[in-house]
Amino acid sequence: MVIHPIPPGTRDVLPDEMRELRRLHLAMIEVFEGRGYGEVSTPAIEYDEVLARGDGRTAASAYRFFDEHGDLLALRSDMTVPIARLVASRYADAKMPLRLCYLANAFRAVRPQRGQMREFAQAGVELIGAPAPEGTAEVVEVLEATLDAAGLNRAVIGLGDADLYRQLLTELRVEGEAREAVLGKLAAHDLVGLEEELSSLAGIGDEQVATCMALSQLRGGREVLEEARALGGDAVERATARLGETFEALEARGVADRVQIDLGLLRDLGYYSGAILEVYDPALGHVLGGGGRYDGLLERFGIDLPAAGFALYLERVHVAQAEEEVRGGGEEA
Amino acid sequence: MSVEVAGMGRAKADGPLKLAVPRGALFGETLDALDAIGIDTAELRGESRSLIFEASGITLVTMRPSDVPTYVEAGAADVGITGKDVLLEQDDRVVYELLDLGFGRCRMVLAGRRGDAKLGESERRLGMMRIATKYPRTAQRHFESTGHQVEVIEVKGSVELAPLIGLADGIVDLVATGRTLKENDLEVREEIVECTARFVANRVAHKLRAAEVDELTAKLREATG
Repeated sequence: MVIHPIPPGTRDVLPDEMRELRRLHLAMIEVFEGRGYGEVSTPAIEYDEVLARGDGRTAASAYRFFDEHGDLLALRSDMTVPIARLVASRYADAKMPLRLCYLANAFRAVRPQRGQMREFAQAGVELIGAPAPEGTAEVVEVLEATLDAAGLNRAVIGLGDADLYRQLLTELRVEGEAREAVLGKLAAHDLVGLEEELSSLAGIGDEQVATCMALSQLRGGREVLEEARALGGDAVERATARLGETFEALEARGVADRVQIDLGLLRDLGYYSGAILEVYDPALGHVLGGGGRYDGLLERFGIDLPAAGFALYLERVHVAQAEEEVRGGGEEA
Repeated sequence: MSVEVAGMGRAKADGPLKLAVPRGALFGETLDALDAIGIDTAELRGESRSLIFEASGITLVTMRPSDVPTYVEAGAADVGITGKDVLLEQDDRVVYELLDLGFGRCRMVLAGRRGDAKLGESERRLGMMRIATKYPRTAQRHFESTGHQVEVIEVKGSVELAPLIGLADGIVDLVATGRTLKENDLEVREEIVECTARFVANRVAHKLRAAEVDELTAKLREATG
């Protein structure tokens, strides 16, 4: 037998697994299509310049190369940016809101031995032209239906606000490098480092440090909004008001039960604004997917529309599904 | 021989919270801290060769400190205790660092042979210093951020040996009392960072078992603060 290697972080899928993945894929697409989300497909390679327009800093592709004309191409690192490009180019005059979905492979640089792949499949939706809070609530509703269709009825959706800390730091007049350092510690959820970083800043008192620390640990039901508000400040007031509106819209749709409000949530993709989402299942130690609002993203492509969406990692959902099956499915958590 | 743990495999337990306990230098003080918050560690202190223990409503899993981030990141353990040195060296692992436990205090230092100018000489004449260490990434990062060119040589065992027999010009290592350095005729040239034990949590456990994780954090904060 001769083994011909494939690059680390990529893999072949054989029929037994493929059958299960296909079933999962179809169940998800059925949910999307059933709610009016039309499936689209975009090229795996795009002009680097176009992808970088979406978010140069964090979503930039790890895999770039020149074509025969000397143009710089890149493998997409997610589907949100290509769909923003597609909407701006093909649907600029369309009737809004626009509902699109996809199941596609994306590519990211991985660190070895972490259960992460360089090439991975994402299933998700994009809702273009529907503002918060109703647009966000619709996306969460679709997400819940998708998780149910995958058999993950114990999964939990974390709901946070991407602007909370940006606005809070502006309010505290933390700018420049210090601001980046603080946001970095928050994103890494390094609370020890966060406290050191904040305490080292001139003009930030112990009380304000305590507020930031406490905020980042607030997660739970509706009550955490009150707890947050008690900590005071304009930024917190505004973020909790936004979260409260979204939560009310979710309650009105009857889909708030599985949502955990989380003031410590911070996604590392730079294009998010307002509501952000993360998906967890007790059967898996890794996050299953995420999403949120990116009201400023389409403007970078010349069409100013609010938007929101989510993406689930298909392979991780599959692993969680298998674990839940072993556990016996419908049992109470 | 080992305790039956609910939800083995990839699945996270729905049962008791799993806490990764570091064996080695942090073991004693970790057990003291656990005792202080009402977790009975008598069994771990005994002669048992088991790796998993049930104690006071929590599952204690013992392992090498450097394995703690691996288990916690994957969710095989919900929470854990390990040294900051380990977290710095494995800074690509996504774990939530919730608390500085204060014990296990030591310094990561650059050391060279006493009275020996080799470090500076190598850098001046050969363009780089050869540094032996068990912490290659931390060392590399430190020298990059301070503008020094180094060749980092990773070793697994006694690092002190490397400069003594000419493998390296100096070492980057953890120092608690400084006795090992002294006995090997080495001296501290530069302090890199101070390290203590940290309480860490899995990203999903931090969300889905928030109440338990928060309670444990609060108790540990009180006991070690």
